[in-house]
Amino acid sequence: MAKLAGKQIILEVLKQEGVDVIFGYPGGAIIDIYDALHQDGAIKHVLVRHEQGAGHAADGYARATGKVGVCLATSGPGATNTVTAIATANMDSVPIVILTGQVPTSLIGNDAFQEVDIVGITRPCTKHNYLVKNVKDLAKTLKEAFFIARTGRPGPVLVDIPKDVQNAKTDFEYPEKVELRSYITHPEPDHKKIERAGAMIEHSKKPVLYVGGGVVMSESFDELKEFAEKINAPVTTTLMGLGGFPGTHPQNVGMLGMHGTYCANMTMANSDLIIAVGARFDDRVTGKIDTFAPHAKIIHVDIDPTSIQKNVRVDLDIVGDCKKVLQKFTRQIESSSWTIDDWKDRFAPWWEQIRAWEKRHPLSYKYDDKVIKPQFVIEKIYDMTKGKAIITTEVGQNQMWTAQFYKFDKPRTLLTSGGLGTMGYGLPAAIGAQMAFPDKLVIDMAGDGSIQMNIQELATARQENLPIKIIILNNGYLGMVRQWQELFYERRYSGTDFEFTPDFMKIAEAYDAKGIRTDKPEEVERVLQEGLEHPGLTILEFIIAREEGVFPMVPAGKATTEMLLV
Amino acid sequence: MRHTLSVLVENSPGALSRIAGLFSGRGFNIESLCVAPTLDPTMSHLTLSTSGDDQIIEQIIKQLNRLVDVYKVVDVSEGEFVEREMALIKVKAEDDTRAEVLRMSDIFRCKIVDVSPKTYTLEVTGPESKIKAVVELLKPLGIKEMAKTGTIAMLREKKTI
Repeated sequence: MAKLAGKQIILEVLKQEGVDVIFGYPGGAIIDIYDALHQDGAIKHVLVRHEQGAGHAADGYARATGKVGVCLATSGPGATNTVTAIATANMDSVPIVILTGQVPTSLIGNDAFQEVDIVGITRPCTKHNYLVKNVKDLAKTLKEAFFIARTGRPGPVLVDIPKDVQNAKTDFEYPEKVELRSYITHPEPDHKKIERAGAMIEHSKKPVLYVGGGVVMSESFDELKEFAEKINAPVTTTLMGLGGFPGTHPQNVGMLGMHGTYCANMTMANSDLIIAVGARFDDRVTGKIDTFAPHAKIIHVDIDPTSIQKNVRVDLDIVGDCKKVLQKFTRQIESSSWTIDDWKDRFAPWWEQIRAWEKRHPLSYKYDDKVIKPQFVIEKIYDMTKGKAIITTEVGQNQMWTAQFYKFDKPRTLLTSGGLGTMGYGLPAAIGAQMAFPDKLVIDMAGDGSIQMNIQELATARQENLPIKIIILNNGYLGMVRQWQELFYERRYSGTDFEFTPDFMKIAEAYDAKGIRTDKPEEVERVLQEGLEHPGLTILEFIIAREEGVFPMVPAGKATTEMLLV
Repeated sequence: MRHTLSVLVENSPGALSRIAGLFSGRGFNIESLCVAPTLDPTMSHLTLSTSGDDQIIEQIIKQLNRLVDVYKVVDVSEGEFVEREMALIKVKAEDDTRAEVLRMSDIFRCKIVDVSPKTYTLEVTGPESKIKAVVELLKPLGIKEMAKTGTIAMLREKKTI
């Protein structure tokens, strides 16, 4: 058996786990791992410009591929800089492994230079975390970290590795399998409950499938489509569920919740059976909880039992992998005597109602030939990319307009911070996605506010020659907060009006990217054409209508039927 | 409603902190907590009293189970169980009350574990209600100091967690 140092063991494990790229930033407590990376040469390292960027890039890589993303940071400030990225991944169930350097074990607890208790700090925002104090435990711990990150409800796992452990030598043997007696990954769905679900579906007259990110995470795209088509039920998706069911499918009634479609919210509110799959009844979805879907029975499918009965009481809880449960649902439905036409007939009156809602208030905006409407830009991007791009977003109006006006037909094509709502996510996530798919078109939809939160990552993108397209919808405001202030705070624009905004074209130039700016609606198409076809890093800035809002909107704390429309 | 939960958890660094953090982070309450290794030294047994409606207790149990280090959670107060607490109570025992303290100690089957010219220290075990009763009765005599454990609990008969 070969004797290897901790730093070499780390690289061996990464290779065994199929990791081909990692995102990181060096420092004193991790310099030895960087040295090993340099000598080994097999793993591609992307040097970010801030550790938060490394975390989001690993996250973007993981969301785009379904594999575990990996990032590397030094102790102290390096480690604390990853915290926002870790919390982002935790809220959205994204499998990433964060490796942090730590001061030598002999100094832990002594307030050594660049020492911080990162395991303590990240305990509430990781799925699990470790401090490895003995090199003999290193291989096993790393293997567990990858296993925990990607199984069950995925999530971030942090492994903190002191400098002396990185250099200590031990016999290396990669463990064949993981044995964790206290960790159950995939509970088997209860068959009796599947039968009960089948009966509930047959009894319902107004069912709706409410699907979330769990469908994307569990790769249940085909299974969901098959089941939905079989029973001919309407499908609404959460922000995280976009792409989990084709955006252009006739049964798709759009996103629901605070900025969901009128039709989706009305369908939920009037339904008599909600079949929730891989979604968690978040407050942005339910609105005021007492008035949420008052007539509906609820079937809730989720791999994480804690998501069930947390925010709303459900009638039937099914704990299990969405993919397996959906397969079983379809088989259960097939075992009944109903034909496709029977299902169609049964729900025909329901569909008639739904189509009427769709017609009454479709998603819309008023085109203007004097000033650019952001929705128009997004519609054009959709037309030109035919929905084939990977879109990342920042957070705020840019994110919601994208969710509303870009039709996501395929899973893993929208990478967005849903749960935590992290501004500054989009650009580093785009770097992660573009590293995974060098030949795909990757677009970061940004606002002039959020792009500045991790703008330093332009240097990373340029260094790696990544042809990312950054669309800046510039209204000179922190638009979403401004919209709240307009609607609920009598237009007191406190802290939301940027009195100074940098010249993004000069920023483009400084980072050696192509930059095009326009404020003319008639130029939007030409600018997009030129920008999207450019083979390198590109910033396209659209000066948009300053006070354009995102509608519909359910005011926080109100019932989802109390939507403010355009 | 008060519930007593028995939790088997990996005897690993940080496990207790994860559990405590879960309660504070999610706004659950811990009324008392007792932890010690089991016969298998790699596992700890943690007894925790908490309160809340059914939905909250369900969430607490599910959230505990979700922790990678937690092996098993049982709400022992759902079935037949025995529970004990222990308290050490230092009571003022001077001429006029010395006999009275001894009498109380006798009635409640306490042990006198330390004696000084002016105090007795009593050891009392029992369910929470008994400890409360002893404390109430000793208070007028003058309790100088008290240390109390949390609840430990076990299912009755053949059932184990």
